[in-house]
Amino acid sequence: MASFRYGFILLVMLALAAVPTVAIAIDEPFYVSLFTRMLVMAIAACSLNLVLGYGGMVSFGHAAYLGLGAYVVGIGFYHASNDGMEWALNGWMHLALAITIPGLVALLIGAISLRTRGVYFIMITLAFSQMLYYFFIGLERYGGDDGLSLWFLSDFGGVMDMNDDVDLYYLSYGLLLVILFLLYRLVNSRFGMVLKGAKSNERRLMAVGFPTYRYRLVAFGISGAICGIAGFLMANQSEFVSTAEMHWVHSGDLIVMVVLGGMGTLFGPVLGAVGFLMLEQYLPELIRGGCEVIGGNNCGIAGEYWKIVFGPLLIMVVLFARGGIDGLLQGKVGRNG
Amino acid sequence: MNWILLIEQCLNGIQLGLLLFLLAAGLTLVFGIMDLVNLAHGSLYMVGAYFAATFTAWTGSFVLAIVLTLPATLIVGAVVEIVCLRSLYNRDHLDQVLATFGLILFFNELVRLIWGPAGLNVPLPEFLSSSLELLPGLVYPSYRLAIILASLTAAFFLYWLVARTRIGMLIRAGASNREMVGALGVNIRFLFTIVFGLGAALAGLAGLMAAPISTVEIGMGENVLILAFVVIVIGGIGSIRGAFVAAILIGLIDTVGRAFLPDVIGTFFDDEFADAAAPALASMSIYLLMAVILAFRPEGLFSARGG
Amino acid sequence: MAEVLTITDLVKQFGGLTATDHLSLSVDEGEVHAVIGPDGPGKTTLIGQLTEDITPNSGSIRFAGQDLTGMPVHRRSMLGLARSFQITNVLADFSARANVALAVQAHQGHSFRFWRKAASDPRLVDPAMRCLATVGLEDRAEVSASNLSHGEQRQLELAMALATQPSMLLLDEPMAGMGPEDSARMVEILKRLKGDLTILLVEHDMDAVFALADRITVLVYGRAIATGAPDAIRNDPDVRTAYLGEEAEDA
Repeated sequence: MASFRYGFILLVMLALAAVPTVAIAIDEPFYVSLFTRMLVMAIAACSLNLVLGYGGMVSFGHAAYLGLGAYVVGIGFYHASNDGMEWALNGWMHLALAITIPGLVALLIGAISLRTRGVYFIMITLAFSQMLYYFFIGLERYGGDDGLSLWFLSDFGGVMDMNDDVDLYYLSYGLLLVILFLLYRLVNSRFGMVLKGAKSNERRLMAVGFPTYRYRLVAFGISGAICGIAGFLMANQSEFVSTAEMHWVHSGDLIVMVVLGGMGTLFGPVLGAVGFLMLEQYLPELIRGGCEVIGGNNCGIAGEYWKIVFGPLLIMVVLFARGGIDGLLQGKVGRNG
Repeated sequence: MNWILLIEQCLNGIQLGLLLFLLAAGLTLVFGIMDLVNLAHGSLYMVGAYFAATFTAWTGSFVLAIVLTLPATLIVGAVVEIVCLRSLYNRDHLDQVLATFGLILFFNELVRLIWGPAGLNVPLPEFLSSSLELLPGLVYPSYRLAIILASLTAAFFLYWLVARTRIGMLIRAGASNREMVGALGVNIRFLFTIVFGLGAALAGLAGLMAAPISTVEIGMGENVLILAFVVIVIGGIGSIRGAFVAAILIGLIDTVGRAFLPDVIGTFFDDEFADAAAPALASMSIYLLMAVILAFRPEGLFSARGG
Repeated sequence: MAEVLTITDLVKQFGGLTATDHLSLSVDEGEVHAVIGPDGPGKTTLIGQLTEDITPNSGSIRFAGQDLTGMPVHRRSMLGLARSFQITNVLADFSARANVALAVQAHQGHSFRFWRKAASDPRLVDPAMRCLATVGLEDRAEVSASNLSHGEQRQLELAMALATQPSMLLLDEPMAGMGPEDSARMVEILKRLKGDLTILLVEHDMDAVFALADRITVLVYGRAIATGAPDAIRNDPDVRTAYLGEEAEDA
């Protein structure tokens, strides 16, 4: 089963590498942007997995870091186009700020939230992400509720062009690979051992001499920084920045992706993000198709209400297949897979 | 400073705070007694508002709608508890978060299926559509006053129920020590269903009262849910008293802050900055308050457990 | 001989209950000092004040020249005070070796090291294997802690405590829940450690206590009614009436 698992993951990663070539060959450029979104969400889910899957911290506020990363691009664009500050479009600067700002904000939020446990932690991370959401709604200058349409994207000089879907796709793919490799090193390092140990038994870790709080906090900051990268990509992909993406319901989506793919495994979140967006894209059609097969009326409407299936489906995954997709690949079906 | 405006805003703040209390009271009991994170509580608020819209349209009377909505949301809550949440009590918090998140998607879609995607408007009841002059120069809508009175009545009823009745005794015992209630041989399952149904009815009440002064729409419970969380975190999980104090505090700070912060900032900085920053800062104020309180009291102001 | 741990006039009250009652106690370097007593809360509260966040109402606990009261849990470990837990408390989803390696790691400076693989780092693995060998678990190193027997988990507890290179070991009922065979093995292991290590042993099992201890303190209602060598304690009339009396008659 193990070889099947790695084979499947390798296949998914290779297939993702081939997406632009195939999409152009079959003349369906739409797939490039759909799959870019999958890669972006995969990065965000990987970042959440670091704290949720490896660290056992149920952060319900990661959409905020995604949004912060996106607003770096949006605010840069705003000043470039309204105040003539051309340099504000510099892509390298965007990327650097989209890592540091969400990372620092996550450190700040984590410093307060990690003093608490359990239900409190969930609610507090939720509340702080909602605070940032309202903060950006209040910033009328940068579009407030309506968001910002980006006429110019991050500028990487001659290196790559964010307006080119294929360039953006491979940038996202490359960043995902780099992040996966860094996370692989991190979770197996001494730091990773403390993080996983604190998830397993925090009291024991403190008794052997680890000040667990600061390790968790640093993990939380790293997670926020990685999530910011996803936000940077998301802004360039959708050519639009808005508060809607920061809403707490999207934090919920990210948790679902991580659990759907398999918590605490390296590739689980990638599988989860791909699976989630596939469902979002194709479940309506699937329901419509299924409805037509059994000869129902108003199948178009049935397809529209796909979330009425998606919600209970989610509950089922939680209750019966906690290992997620990666757990299934390992042949573990039970809930703690 | 304009005193009339200040009093008016304070009344608005109290009214918002009381609505939040109705939401938070049920939620904090569910957290405290069942140790369950229920994200779908906001859906019950939404369902209450939709029921109110439908029943008002059917009966033509807002009062009759209230009479019908309360038991209806109680039943919805009890059914949700029996069908879905009951199996989650022994799960970890992540399972609960995910499953109740799934419930939100389900409820939103169900409401869209039944009532359609467009928002609904509930007319103000005729007899409360006027205004009262509370003080010379202070004219206040009578419907909002009615909300304050009705919420206070509900809060007193809850206080009486929890402090003076046998069920209340069990609820209090459960919030401070769950195992003990089980050891007393009480039918825990039934108690849980009752508590959940009660919480649902309170959320429904908040939803139905908010209906005429806001738009009844899908997802209306999602933002207000987070405010209820802030209330619970500040008040302390499982504490009704804490929820009440925190809810009023949040309602006042949020409302008064939004109304006066631009002026306050304007006296220190130039107007342009004040106009740009004030709305953003005002909307952050309650969360900053939460952060400050947590920094000093991680368990909230009135923790029901070991506090 | 130098005193490693000095407890002076310690008092802890919970509401009306006095769990620690003007307790004074010292542990010398290299000795095994056992604390016995019929009541549970007294011993648990004492351990809580030594190793956890229970703050005494008055009195002092000095260890390695520092006052322990109010000190964060992880810093006590850094000072060289290691403990084993009464209820087995290991990282269930880690292998035995990884459990001990983590304890080794805790005492090799900070762990903000993000790159090198911990599982193949000889600076962690070698000391971990030595500690496992000391407690006789070297053959079970790769087994997940949750799959170890109860007795083996207790041995793992001990190995984790040893891995922190403590100057004193606080053993909270190391024989709890063990059968006679496992108990005997644990006594053998502790006997081998005796002399190299300073040990404060809190234990119910009288055979183990008399086999290991250099000195014994008898705690009744949080108060030390006697302290002395095992023979003196055995013959102390106060102790016989208060505690050993019934057991002596049984035997």
